[in-house]
Amino acid sequence: MAKITYVDNDGTERVVEATNGESVMEAAVKNGIPGIDADCGGACACATCHVYVDKAFMDKVGEQQEMEKSMLDFAENVQENSRLSCQITVSDALDGLKVTTPESQH
Amino acid sequence: MDLTGATRIVIIGGGQAGAQALQSLRQGGYEGKLTLVADEAALPYQRPPLSKAYMKGEFSEERLYFRPESWYQDQNIEVILSTHAAKIDRTAQTVELPHGGQIDYDALIIATGSRPRALPTKGADLEGVHDLRDLSDVERIRPNMIAGRRMVIIGAGYIGLEAAAVARQMGLDVTVLEMAPRVLARVTSPVMSEFFETEHRAQGVTILTGARLDHLDGADGKVSAAILADGTRLDADIVLVGIGILPNEELASDAGIACNNGILVDRDARTSDPRVFAAGDCASRPLVHFGRSGRLESVHNAIEQGKLAAAAILGKPRPAEDCPWFWSDQYDLKLQIAGLSQDYDEIVVRGDPKERKFAAFYLRNGILIAVDAVNSPPEFLASKKLIMSGAKLAPATLGDTSVSMKDIAAAATAA
Repeated sequence: MAKITYVDNDGTERVVEATNGESVMEAAVKNGIPGIDADCGGACACATCHVYVDKAFMDKVGEQQEMEKSMLDFAENVQENSRLSCQITVSDALDGLKVTTPESQH
Repeated sequence: MDLTGATRIVIIGGGQAGAQALQSLRQGGYEGKLTLVADEAALPYQRPPLSKAYMKGEFSEERLYFRPESWYQDQNIEVILSTHAAKIDRTAQTVELPHGGQIDYDALIIATGSRPRALPTKGADLEGVHDLRDLSDVERIRPNMIAGRRMVIIGAGYIGLEAAAVARQMGLDVTVLEMAPRVLARVTSPVMSEFFETEHRAQGVTILTGARLDHLDGADGKVSAAILADGTRLDADIVLVGIGILPNEELASDAGIACNNGILVDRDARTSDPRVFAAGDCASRPLVHFGRSGRLESVHNAIEQGKLAAAAILGKPRPAEDCPWFWSDQYDLKLQIAGLSQDYDEIVVRGDPKERKFAAFYLRNGILIAVDAVNSPPEFLASKKLIMSGAKLAPATLGDTSVSMKDIAAAATAA
């Protein structure tokens, strides 16, 4: 289990109890977090679950695979801490993770 | 018609489009009565993994569901499962349920999806012959996904080929029958067909194109073989049928709503009855980037039309109509498709199919209308934007891998 805080574009914070093994995207969608569309359901096919990861957690969320890298390359407003949340797997190590959603997923 | 005063909204169908409409209505601030009537026993779930990771057992059932049961309670949504809506009475504005009872509506969204086309041959009703559409289909298929068993797949569309990839990876002996001279003939170009045929054959799948099924043979009520028109007998323990889908439009057409291979809707997903909307596989919609109307069988379309219907009911601005897109996973290949390639007059291949990383661009009058991108996200994502921009593109540049897709897109849209 990990407590994850989703911060939306206006700064509103929503805290979710995420289960180990699911993705940060799935935890968001199941809890109705706005700002994460995840149109493809986590197949790394659409780049609509873009988030900014709290810098303190960048080394804990795992490495980007090639597919994710090239998908993100075409997303809007990409930053150094950009990730596709469908590619981050929840574990105890992510307890306290904070991610921010971009203004738009398109 | 202004529906912003609606206090009773009913959605028929619990697939991707229905689930999206529920979410968009509540997220859009709708607080009135909201009812979902769905014919399956399960809460709304994602279909794409059924012929991919879920079929293979790499994806838990729990992860298929869009939302947990508690979400529907929290959102105050009345969920009526295992119920096939019997009739729409547009004068009384009610949906009639099969065992009596009715639900009143101010606005109605029909998201009844589609059903597999039935195999018209003898033996189609034998045990061991399956469609692949619902969770319940996969529950019946999976116990037979055992190494060494013989699977015959009828139809080499995306569903058939995805299932072939999964079955082959699980060690089954797989044969795919296709009536057309090539696989994926209805949906893509000969270049892509040849690539996927080569790939499946290299993985050990037997692909028979130009193959006419005569009938299925059985023993003790269970399927035992597929018999082709030329007399070839293919022994089978399990048969999967994937020969296309038909829109579930009868509920609408019986109620006098205009249909023509799909329930006809406008850009707001509104049908010929201003209180009634249709979304997803069952709807035939304007394809604004292509100057015609048609039905799209895809997740993106279901999500987009669910959003369009919700926005129209709530009187909100129309959400963006994106370039249609699709994807298919087979083995370690990710195929991403943007646009609609019908009517292309020129094809440009970028990269080398032998590298298993390439894209086929489809142009019409020099304008990009579609791409099939294999393990090539930049080609897919850049094309989505280029297709919507309608920019002219030089075929030689598109095919030049020394120029990045970012640069190609930037140059084309700046011009």
